[in-house]
Amino acid sequence: MTGGNRAPVIVGIGLSDAPRAPHLDAVQHHVLAARRAIADAGIAKADIDGYVSAGGGGSMVDDAITMAEYLRIDHRYIDSTMTGGSSFEFHVQHLAAAIRDGACDTALVTYGSDRLSTMGRNLGTGGFMRPGQRVAGPAQYEAPYGNTLVGAYAMHAMRHMHEYGTTSEQLAHIAVGVREFAALNPNAMYRDPITVDDVVNSRLVADPLHKLDCCAVTDGGGAFIMTTAERARDLPRKPVYVLGAAGAQTHWNISQQTDFTSSAAAKCGPIAMARARVSHRDIDMVMIYDSFTITVLLLLESLGFAPRGEGGRWVQEGHLRRGGSLPMNTDGGGLSGCHPGMRGIFLITEAVRQLRGDAGVVQVPDCKVALCAGSGGWLSAIGVAVLGTEASS
Amino acid sequence: MTVEWVKPLPQTDNVSAHYWAAARDGRLLIQQCDPCGHRQWYPRALCTNCGAETEWLECMGVGVVHTYTVIRQMGMAGFRDEVPYIVAIIELAEGPRVMGNVVDIDIGDIHIGLAVEAFFVVAADDVGVPQWRQIRS
Repeated sequence: MTGGNRAPVIVGIGLSDAPRAPHLDAVQHHVLAARRAIADAGIAKADIDGYVSAGGGGSMVDDAITMAEYLRIDHRYIDSTMTGGSSFEFHVQHLAAAIRDGACDTALVTYGSDRLSTMGRNLGTGGFMRPGQRVAGPAQYEAPYGNTLVGAYAMHAMRHMHEYGTTSEQLAHIAVGVREFAALNPNAMYRDPITVDDVVNSRLVADPLHKLDCCAVTDGGGAFIMTTAERARDLPRKPVYVLGAAGAQTHWNISQQTDFTSSAAAKCGPIAMARARVSHRDIDMVMIYDSFTITVLLLLESLGFAPRGEGGRWVQEGHLRRGGSLPMNTDGGGLSGCHPGMRGIFLITEAVRQLRGDAGVVQVPDCKVALCAGSGGWLSAIGVAVLGTEASS
Repeated sequence: MTVEWVKPLPQTDNVSAHYWAAARDGRLLIQQCDPCGHRQWYPRALCTNCGAETEWLECMGVGVVHTYTVIRQMGMAGFRDEVPYIVAIIELAEGPRVMGNVVDIDIGDIHIGLAVEAFFVVAADDVGVPQWRQIRS
């Protein structure tokens, strides 16, 4: 059952300024997004009794305990879960349980990053360490070899191509489709139309991934507010129900990935969908973490939207595009829209916008159920959240 | 082979110190669990299969490329001047997979399934870095 008085619902969303916001530091992104989410929800700041931040937002200290103090949230529930870009899908999972259990009634989740303005675009290819640095922990076994963030994803793509014959052209279709949505979002980073040829002829960053297989690097922030269905009755916005959420992890460091053609979504996707009591045909749109084109392909396959190994052919058929059977990343995604380092919060905020029917020119008709799948690390920690306009029975 | 090493180095700990020191001496170590037989890389204080303590196992130092990428853009000094270079996941003859660079090969010749052998670069007094090159018959 996903209903009842304590059913967890999302009642407010907010975005900070993006994709370029040199006037904001990371904490100001948190604050601006929070202010907008609180206003959107129609609650008072003092109503918030749960707080969540994954931190990791760039130049500022923005971990959960620091931010709870900075924001002066008088919480009785706090969560600092940090799984990379998927953190926010894990937060939905945790908050759904906490709210249903009564650990808190109204929780705020915030994220903010000044990545573009403070670090430029070197996130994916700048390396994680300094020359000569002594690297501790499991990362020490990889540090001497000069892999990059892009390279870790590229290893998945290379193996998928080897096992299943997936092509760069097929991956390019993902980037082209997302760009179509970005063209319709004034706040997207890249809005000019692109073709499959543009993608495969852009320069290689880490074989077989080209520049246009890679996400944007931007500034940005987001926030959302979860409460109970009972409280939502007195609030202005139509609540969006958290129908089911689950997370799983296969590895953290890329050398520990056991299967370069799958992901932990194969485990947590079915759990989230079973909790939500939905099947694939019930899902009207998806928000799939598109750090890279290959991320989308592997998540779609491991979630069961495309048969394993056939994701390339499947995306080529156009399902994910505007007007397709399963529109994806209607905000322009991370590939073209907004990716300040950890994009997972925007999966939630955009799905809520669609489920409210507020998505304007990119509105998916009759949108009742949306699935969000976040990827953290290097297809390492996957979080899936299924949201809907009504509680499922 | 001793070189001037400007790339990042491991911060050795109680477990990893044995691994890096062995590589300095030209030996590639993995771990094997006596109770359950599981083998693993990277070294840990437990067997990831059953939780028991593990024994060190010296490898032959041969394997095949399981997957790889060619890094063509990398900003960090020490690597920046070496692009394009190969980062690979090598499946050892003994079973576990390790990360390493495949060097001394034309970029066009690298492929999944390529047979490679380890060699060792002494990067610091306490650290040898296993590297890989194509096995040429």
